[in-house]
Amino acid sequence: MLKNLRRRVSGTTIAMWVIGAILLIVVIVGTVRTLLIGKYTGADWTDLIVYGISQGSIYALIALGYTMVYGILRMINFAHGDIFMAGAFIGYFVASYFDQTGFLEQNLVLSLIFVTLVAAFTAAAMAVVLERIAYRPLRRAPRLVPLITAIGASFFIEYAFLGLFGSGIKGYPEPEALKGRVSIFGVEILKTQLIVIVAAVVMLIALWYFVQRTKMGKAIQAVSEDKDAAALMGINVDRSIMITFLVGGALAGAAGVLYALLFRQVYFFMGFFPGLKAFTAAVLGGIGNIAGAMVGGLFLGIAESLFPNLVLDGLGIPAPYQLKDALAFFLLVLVLIFRPTGILGERLATKKA
Amino acid sequence: MKKSAFFVIAVLMIAAFVLAACPAATPAPATGGDTAATEATTGDTASTGGDTASTGGDTAASCECTDPVGCVTVGADDPVRVGWMMVVSGADATLGLDSKYGVEIAADDRGTIADHAIELVGEDDLCSAEGGQTAAQKMSADSKLTAVIGTSCSSAARAAIPVMCNAGVPMISASNTAPDLTAADRPADYWCYMRTAHNDLVQGAAMAEYAYGAGYRKAATVHDGSLYADQLQQVFADKFKELGGEIVAQEAVGPQDTDMKPMLTRVAAAGPDFLYYPIFVAAGGQVTKQAKEVPGLEGVQLAGADGIFSPDFLKAAGDAALGMNHSSPDFSAFGAEYPALLEKYEAKYNTKPLSAFHAHAYDAFNIIANGIEEVAQKCDDGSLVIGKQALRDAMISTKDFAGITGNLTCTETGDCADPKIAVYEVMNADPETWDPGATDTSNPMKIWP
Repeated sequence: MLKNLRRRVSGTTIAMWVIGAILLIVVIVGTVRTLLIGKYTGADWTDLIVYGISQGSIYALIALGYTMVYGILRMINFAHGDIFMAGAFIGYFVASYFDQTGFLEQNLVLSLIFVTLVAAFTAAAMAVVLERIAYRPLRRAPRLVPLITAIGASFFIEYAFLGLFGSGIKGYPEPEALKGRVSIFGVEILKTQLIVIVAAVVMLIALWYFVQRTKMGKAIQAVSEDKDAAALMGINVDRSIMITFLVGGALAGAAGVLYALLFRQVYFFMGFFPGLKAFTAAVLGGIGNIAGAMVGGLFLGIAESLFPNLVLDGLGIPAPYQLKDALAFFLLVLVLIFRPTGILGERLATKKA
Repeated sequence: MKKSAFFVIAVLMIAAFVLAACPAATPAPATGGDTAATEATTGDTASTGGDTASTGGDTAASCECTDPVGCVTVGADDPVRVGWMMVVSGADATLGLDSKYGVEIAADDRGTIADHAIELVGEDDLCSAEGGQTAAQKMSADSKLTAVIGTSCSSAARAAIPVMCNAGVPMISASNTAPDLTAADRPADYWCYMRTAHNDLVQGAAMAEYAYGAGYRKAATVHDGSLYADQLQQVFADKFKELGGEIVAQEAVGPQDTDMKPMLTRVAAAGPDFLYYPIFVAAGGQVTKQAKEVPGLEGVQLAGADGIFSPDFLKAAGDAALGMNHSSPDFSAFGAEYPALLEKYEAKYNTKPLSAFHAHAYDAFNIIANGIEEVAQKCDDGSLVIGKQALRDAMISTKDFAGITGNLTCTETGDCADPKIAVYEVMNADPETWDPGATDTSNPMKIWP
């Protein structure tokens, strides 16, 4: 019995738990001390959480592309961040054209929807082309091969945009109607953030419906469970994979427009960091799991916005926001120590193990 | 089996380390060895190498290299090669392009150096330590390179300087402003480095004086972890406190960060009336925009520095930049030749100046050219021999050189600038209208001193 236990709980596991426990204590001490100092008002905290949710919902939209492709192909599509960048770029061109003709100010809602649709459509087309050219020929290759190809594709897209549109930063037009704040349930929210959050929620629900309720969605689920069996059941595997890239690309393209709505800058390298963060979010939530990507994205966004103030401030660390990225990856490590499959990754682990 | 595999890997790694370390350690002794071999008699010239070379300048008596660090030989029909190392891509490209244009105009104006044509070669420093390192390694491998103008960013300089100095190639920057680079206690392998840009000890103090004088008493600063921003905001903070003001927050962000609102919420909680963020274009644009969206920062005066003194910053920041202050070199204090330079700049590149350092780059090129003409030995066959130590010594002993940016005299640690700092205010957020000057219609407009 004891021997059995010792075999199961190795030294490494214990060490991991000890490290995890120490880190958790540090986090709690920091939080309590910050709250005791009481430098920030309740409004500051709600602001921070809202900032986190709006950033997090963009992470979630990108993370879905990573996680869906991983679920179906067992590969990390590192070019996904650049699909996001492409969406933001296309949106920029359409939006600035509307801005010049005055259409943007006159028909704000209509033009925003149109910009988002064009960006989503173009990004989806790019993702599908990418899959056809770069990934499909390598479907039976060892797993490392498509990974390297993905990195190559990422560079290709980045530097193609660099060559086509230059390396400078382009500023998105800022319609007057989107400036300022609105009050929702007593919380003052920036209008752009409200749009981002609402749009993200709508898209997440639509995706949920698509995957769970439609025939195509079920086919995708079947293919991600077992490609060969799905093919034997008469499911067109290539088509399912193509649709997966299409949906992931469309979400990333729309996320690009939302991101640009919040931050109003586009440039060729802008996909790298959000892509990396979204990948982190996908792993955090449990890669391959669609709900996990949503949860992971929101969690990461809120953590980045809230934790430097909440945890590091109490520990007396100066200028905590420069440690934002370090904190994000530190969280990833912490979560993976306690739950190696991510926050919601359990089902996947039992299924694929 | 496993153990032996581990052993083999360990041995291989050690071998790799040794091999990697060897070439890095040897160049200086190796070049010293070469010169010692060819010049057996010059035991005492090591310390006064510059003088011997310069006195032998035009005599064409000997064409042997007497320089302790080595020489660059320019063939009879070859051009003199001068390098630039600047950020010419990415968000901060205008900073480097502007300096590069200054260098190119200077080369055009000069035409020849010591009766040889001029060849410019360049590398992108990417405004980062990694970029500076890579650029310097590429450039230092070029045995025909006489000197380098660069880098654009101080972080890149910190990585590039030791590489260039180990290769013995003099380096003069037009836009590095971090105090560390020319501090009295700078590392020994910074010996080849100097700059025509102002030292931020001047810029930070000027901004603090302006802010205090304008009635601001509670200032906050933001830096992005780069050498330039970190040191400049610290100089500002120290001076501001010395004047009697209060520094309520010193925050930091990452250069690639986009969501500044959480950080700015922190700043707002500290209640400043002046926010100084001497960072770069991408992050600077975000701070400017988002400061208008965070409650508590509405009435705060925003201020940046010379790193974002460019029309590209207006593109990145949009309308939010209106009314913002910048510390920058004072364009109106430039010499009488400056209007002519501006005219050539606009004619050649079809644009208003892209940033603040084209004139500094112009002067930097001329310091190199003057140095080469002073120390180059003209040989009978028409070739030139340029001592590296001698060139550096000639450049750093520049005294009362009437450049466009002022009367330049280099200190022992390489500060050559005649620093005059002004504070500008953005009068119009349209990048097309960006044309700094001192007239009533100029944008940005000089408001101090």
